[in-house]
Amino acid sequence: MNAAIILIFAFILLAIYLGIQAKRGKKMNLEQWAVGGRSFGTIFVFLLSAGEAYTTFTFLGASSWAYGKGGPALYILGYLSLMYVFFYWLYPAVWNYGKKHNLVSQAGFFESKYKSPYLGLLAAIIGILSMIPYIVLQLKGLGIIVQVASYGTISPTLAVWIGVIALTIYVMISGVHGSAWTAVVKDIMIIGIAVIIGIYLPLHYYGGIEPMFKQVMEAKPGFLALPDKGLSLSWFISTVIMTVLGAAMWPHGFAAQYTAKSKKAIRRNSIITPIYTLMILFIFFVGTAAVLKIPGLENQDLALLKLSQQSFDPWFLGLIGGAGILTALVPGSLLLIYTSTSFSKNVYKVLVPKTTDQQIGRLSKIMIPVIALVSVFFTLSGGQGIVTLLLMAYSFITQLLPPVIFSFTKKRIVTKQGAGAGMIVGVLIVAYTTITGATMGTLMPGMPQVIQDLNVGIVALIINLIVMFAVSTFTKKNVRVASDMEEGSQIS
Amino acid sequence: MRRAIMICLSIVPFLGMLGCLPFVNTVEPFVLGMPFIMFWVCLWVVLTSVSLVIVYKLDPDNKGGDAE
Repeated sequence: MNAAIILIFAFILLAIYLGIQAKRGKKMNLEQWAVGGRSFGTIFVFLLSAGEAYTTFTFLGASSWAYGKGGPALYILGYLSLMYVFFYWLYPAVWNYGKKHNLVSQAGFFESKYKSPYLGLLAAIIGILSMIPYIVLQLKGLGIIVQVASYGTISPTLAVWIGVIALTIYVMISGVHGSAWTAVVKDIMIIGIAVIIGIYLPLHYYGGIEPMFKQVMEAKPGFLALPDKGLSLSWFISTVIMTVLGAAMWPHGFAAQYTAKSKKAIRRNSIITPIYTLMILFIFFVGTAAVLKIPGLENQDLALLKLSQQSFDPWFLGLIGGAGILTALVPGSLLLIYTSTSFSKNVYKVLVPKTTDQQIGRLSKIMIPVIALVSVFFTLSGGQGIVTLLLMAYSFITQLLPPVIFSFTKKRIVTKQGAGAGMIVGVLIVAYTTITGATMGTLMPGMPQVIQDLNVGIVALIINLIVMFAVSTFTKKNVRVASDMEEGSQIS
Repeated sequence: MRRAIMICLSIVPFLGMLGCLPFVNTVEPFVLGMPFIMFWVCLWVVLTSVSLVIVYKLDPDNKGGDAE
């Protein structure tokens, strides 16, 4: 037992304790459990939302990209801040509608807006198929972090099990209240650690941040800017835009908006968070510091952890490990909550309409360990495939965007058939391009490089839109256009 | 009018960060110790928050203490 392991376990226990005490004084019906009784102010909304943006993927991924790819890593900073401009406009309207119709899931939004349980079912299935790989990714990250931070004494498998048990306990007891409380500790920890290691490591190894970048520039010319081909300008711009659009559609982020007590809380959160993303900068510094100090890492995701391991005492590595675990637990808990809520409310309830609200509440909690086990199974069995799955998941979820946007138009121009057909076609194209590994380059080899480097998700989104409008035009006669006038909520 | 300004202010961060990228894709000069492209992206991260503050202030919906 070294100091690192003791600290890691202390953090897991702290997370469980905070999660459980969050329940105090609250009657845990589904609305309390899943959306915190719509009572969260700016700070909690901020913590949940930041918790969802700063996942293990950003913690390990940002340093990995800075280490392995250099300049293109900046796209992470780009999309994480610009997406809040989109959130600023979209989410208050989503919140408004959700409050009016007592929604607790994203799929419920589809069901209610388009008055079709089956469209809700479709959205729920796409959401669940996308969220499970995301949970798996968090667990994989957690396994890696604990393994390195414990100097290999805790295996990734054991770490995943411990993490999942902690998650399941506090999510079942406190729901989203637990996530919010864990997020408090997580954010304090991660800011502190990012700033300390982001400044200390360049200073220690290179004598400062500017000298570090200069040495890297001399050793690898062009590394710190965007290349002409591949991860080029057009790749950067199209990927940031696609990610901004897709990020708004993650079911757990979408439904987490329902926790807010007012539109203002959501808007204020959108204002603060871009500045907060600058924290990623320090993670980039660490990744860049690793470029010349630990070259040739086979698993680039380990750049931050390996460099920290060789630079710090075990107790500090334990702190980094603890913070890393929390970055997995917070989004992991939101993902679990909304995966199970979508399942019970928008899949089970549609197939078994007689289910009472009380039964749905109970089922949502019972599904937590089930979904957790499914995720553990994929975590421990899946190989490299998970990255592919996550890329596919991101493009999957983006296909939900057109029906959401066009549900806010004054006069309804998209029908439920159009929305459904568009989403199905979009998802099929994504699956096809992911499985065959198609890129714009292979689809249109004759086109100029600018087009070849575009994000392939754009194709699916455009075809989704075309199908949606085409089918809507043919099915419109059956829909009473006036039926939605009573909602009167548009994006404001 | 007010709404048009709000929408413009929301598009500006995209134009600033992404639209200008072809002109700032360079490592030198270093600003605040960072390669120029990194500095540029960071600058626009901050300006994104700034433009959203202005949008927030302009939006009449945020006046008064509704439910908060």
